[in-house]
Amino acid sequence: MITELGHFALILALCVAVTQAVLPMAGAARRHGGWMAAGNSAAVLQFLLIAVAFGALMHAYLTSDFTVKNVALNSHSLKPVIYKISGVWGNHEGSMLLWVLILALFGAMVALFGGNLPPTLRARVISVQAMIGVGFLLFILFTSNPFERLFPAPANGNDLNPLLQDPGLALHPPILYAGYVGFSIAFSFAIAALIEGRIDAAWAHWVRPWTLLAWSFLTAGIALGSWWAYYELGWGGFWYWDPVENASFMPWLVGTALLHSAIVVEKRDALKSWTILLAILTFSLSLIGTFLVRSGVLTSVHAFATDPERGVFILLLLVIAVGGALALYAWRAPRLEPGGLFSPVSREGALMLNNLLLTTAAATVFIGTLYPLLLEAMGGGKVSVGPPFFNATFVPLMAPLVAALGVGPMLAWKRADLAGALARLKVAAIAALALTAIIGYWQWGRPVLGTLAIGFAIWLGGAVITELVARTGIGRMPLRDSLARMRGLPRAAWGMSLAHFGLALAIAGSAGTAAWQEEKILVMAPNQTVSLAGFEVAFDGVEDKRGPNYVAQRGLFTVRRGGEKIDRMVAERRRYVVGGQETTEAAIRSTAAGDLYAVIGASDNKGGHTVRLYFKPLVLWIWLGATVMVLGGLLSLSDRRLRVGAPKRRSAKGVPAAAE
Amino acid sequence: MRRVLFLTPLILFLGLAVYLGFGLTRDARIVPSALIDQPVPEFALPPLLESGKGLATADLKGRVALVNVFASWCVPCRAEHPIWIQFAKDQKAPLYGINWKDKRETATRWLKELGNPYTGIGFDGDNRAGIEWGVYGAPETYIVDREGRIRYKHIGPIFAETMSGTIIPLIRELEGEK
Repeated sequence: MITELGHFALILALCVAVTQAVLPMAGAARRHGGWMAAGNSAAVLQFLLIAVAFGALMHAYLTSDFTVKNVALNSHSLKPVIYKISGVWGNHEGSMLLWVLILALFGAMVALFGGNLPPTLRARVISVQAMIGVGFLLFILFTSNPFERLFPAPANGNDLNPLLQDPGLALHPPILYAGYVGFSIAFSFAIAALIEGRIDAAWAHWVRPWTLLAWSFLTAGIALGSWWAYYELGWGGFWYWDPVENASFMPWLVGTALLHSAIVVEKRDALKSWTILLAILTFSLSLIGTFLVRSGVLTSVHAFATDPERGVFILLLLVIAVGGALALYAWRAPRLEPGGLFSPVSREGALMLNNLLLTTAAATVFIGTLYPLLLEAMGGGKVSVGPPFFNATFVPLMAPLVAALGVGPMLAWKRADLAGALARLKVAAIAALALTAIIGYWQWGRPVLGTLAIGFAIWLGGAVITELVARTGIGRMPLRDSLARMRGLPRAAWGMSLAHFGLALAIAGSAGTAAWQEEKILVMAPNQTVSLAGFEVAFDGVEDKRGPNYVAQRGLFTVRRGGEKIDRMVAERRRYVVGGQETTEAAIRSTAAGDLYAVIGASDNKGGHTVRLYFKPLVLWIWLGATVMVLGGLLSLSDRRLRVGAPKRRSAKGVPAAAE
Repeated sequence: MRRVLFLTPLILFLGLAVYLGFGLTRDARIVPSALIDQPVPEFALPPLLESGKGLATADLKGRVALVNVFASWCVPCRAEHPIWIQFAKDQKAPLYGINWKDKRETATRWLKELGNPYTGIGFDGDNRAGIEWGVYGAPETYIVDREGRIRYKHIGPIFAETMSGTIIPLIRELEGEK
């Protein structure tokens, strides 16, 4: 019964979304206050209805109602409650429902908190948001209905893929989607602006917080996914350049570019049509990512069950949404008035360079992801380009980006003094060079690229600190004055410094791990000891353990350093009873210097076990850096300049007051 | 000129859409094996059943044959099993099994319960032959031609349509080769 209510609520949500797409758009065109205001109520109602549908599906999971096909296929009565909940979005249908739920949530947020937007702009944004919603609600109802019943009902379910039964992955999809789908708001703002035919500083001022919010979530979601891959897949890799990872990384790269170019529009009224294009592209890449993951076009470790009918539907949606948006762009964007001029060496110029490098990087990832498909289209057979391609193309693009990133914040708007900025960064540059030389000497014979990358990270970190010191006047004035200046700095400035510093940490972490990892793969007999990276690791044997829905072998290790016992580690190999799949639970001992990582493998039937041991230097810094970046984003978001009193539009002629 | 510039994104996207549309017509699940058109790897597996035959490279020469990788812990294998029982009954071609990463007792019980369609079953409990064959997971099915070369690989369970639409025609075609 509750399931049918959920289905019904979803159908109603579609009807409301259609209204929400049509009424405010027509209202904005005819300056009809009532119609425009109706869109706001519709946006909230649509969200509530989808929330009811989502709640109904969750109810079916919590009560293990196996008459619902989706539950029977993806759940099991023995599964722990948290994974019954996360099972809702651990499958194609449920995750699409989460997708539209978040889409509607963002629409409702514009309706509720967009009081300071001009009414026509707000109405159009809400309408475009609803158009996307209509497309995806149709997709769910016609090809991916999560409320389908099953008769006769099986006695028990098929269980969720055990790899997905993990706390990190329970949270990963909602956060990632909040980022992915959050960019829909920037898209809707861009389309609304193209329809209105004007983009100005005020527009950028409204778009920025939404973009920042989506960006923070996407950063957190990607980091969480990479952390999960690190500890759960049992190889200790943190990034695989897998198509699905790339699908979330491309919107991040272009979204980061958008975040920066929107600043130029806001402060200097320049780069307008470029920023609009980025807003369209960011969300388009989210949509293309959705298509790639769900259509079966590309194979991947986490591709959802494939179904050509769904693929055709999503492709159609993609063509209408992205094709429509780009057609509108081709038609309207040339009419946008060009904005302020600036010299190549200026803050604008630096941000433009950032944009060029980030979008080029996104293009490389895009080509690397789709190239295998292209080659197949030419009859070249199936290939995977894999990490070597990305390391050879993506990494060289990041080097100038990071180098320039240190200088950019020191440059003035319009026309800057490059020599002066560089002179102020002398200390950071010397420190980076000296430390790189020391590390290079100490790590002689190891991959030189790792040392260089660490050098870039030190340079960036040093430049961020130099910039903060310059701004707060530390050393140039009494400490009390500096502290007062620190307090006086806008939160957005702190946010920027934090985010940039976080990037430095993440670069150092990934370079350290990639270049200096040590590993040993061997068969270990009980009580045997191996030394690795200064540790002595003793294998104490295995014991059996029963979990709620799996049985496991636990490998026990004792870690010593210099003969002294410092820790114990437990690695597990689980076999899930229902599906028969095996997973590895690595034992990880994390410190700031690096992680000791142990995985237990099959028995050799003579009492020994295959054991993989790794030492991964600095790996924790990757996620520490990502966390710092997210904190930077959120801190920026809390800046009062972004929250209150958006500047009034310069001309308000022809726009009637909101009738609410 | 300026107009053309603004049209570029749209044109590029439409090209991409055509390309993705093409991608949809392909079945990404057919992962070609590096071993396609290569001779069967050298291997010899002991029989799973005391009374039955094992499986080795030499068994796969002379006739078009199928090799099916299965395990008792694998649910999709159970799902495809009736297809193999029928296949064996029709005697289209010899069907060999590789019992992969399994235990003898449970595999024997499994076959007793569901029936044994295999001409010979090699027991590969420690995945030694599986590595040679490049097995991703169970079930997998290979078609081997008369010369003992692997000509086709299917990952995942085989259902009626794959059987009648792909497997059977391919067997006929290979049998027709000189």
